[in-house]
Amino acid sequence: MIYAVIVAAALLAGAAILALIRAEKGPSMLDRTVAFDVFTTTLVAAVALEAAWSRRTDTLVLLVVLSLVGFVGSVTISRFAAIEPEDAARVRTREEVEAERLAERAAEEAAVEAEQARREALRAEAARAAEEAAQASDSSEEERP
Amino acid sequence: MTLDVWLDIVAGTFLVAGAFLSFIAGVGIVHFPDLLARMHAGTKPQVLGMLFMLVGLAVRLRSWSVAGLLLLVILFQMLTAPVGAHMVARAGYRTGKVHAEDLEFDELTEDTERHDGPAPGPTSNRT
Repeated sequence: MIYAVIVAAALLAGAAILALIRAEKGPSMLDRTVAFDVFTTTLVAAVALEAAWSRRTDTLVLLVVLSLVGFVGSVTISRFAAIEPEDAARVRTREEVEAERLAERAAEEAAVEAEQARREALRAEAARAAEEAAQASDSSEEERP
Repeated sequence: MTLDVWLDIVAGTFLVAGAFLSFIAGVGIVHFPDLLARMHAGTKPQVLGMLFMLVGLAVRLRSWSVAGLLLLVILFQMLTAPVGAHMVARAGYRTGKVHAEDLEFDELTEDTERHDGPAPGPTSNRT
């Protein structure tokens, strides 16, 4: 039994690793979905193998839940699958994510500065208008007597 | 050799066979060139492999309540795997992941064209 379990565990580990490789490479979201489906089923098989090795029955509920829930993910992703841009075909590196984050922050800061400049311009306009109004009222008061 | 030992040997054989089919599914999913072929690898050997694993587990545990629970798992898997595969294939067809030149028969495109006139085929970009 021990040899069967060792061989089966090695094969399952290989299957899980191959599924993860496809999930990393997969050119589209749907390929990744299929890969994670395979990964979930391999997980079910691994739990079953462990239960067979130690003759335990308390983990069998996990099998029921995983086999029920495993397909919800793929159905949901497929339902909302859309045409993807070309650059979504591969996982981005850490540097690319960092660069994008910096660009986003720069854009946000520029927007905040533009907003501040606009508000200051408005405030200056309002101040000038008030001053002119005050001058006008002064001059009209001077003219009245 | 008692009966228990023989049953354990049968269970071990089923477990190894199931794990081997799972491994084949993993190899297929990495090796095959396009979405539909990968989906084939991800559903057919995978479901059979899991079925073998669960049969091996049932033979190893030798209890009818466990066998009923495992029958439930197999039933769910056989109900949900075709649904998931169908949804993935449908989404792949509609988002242009299925290329007409890879197909021997393309009856879906023929039917939609007969019905709607020259309709968007598998390579067109209709959501």
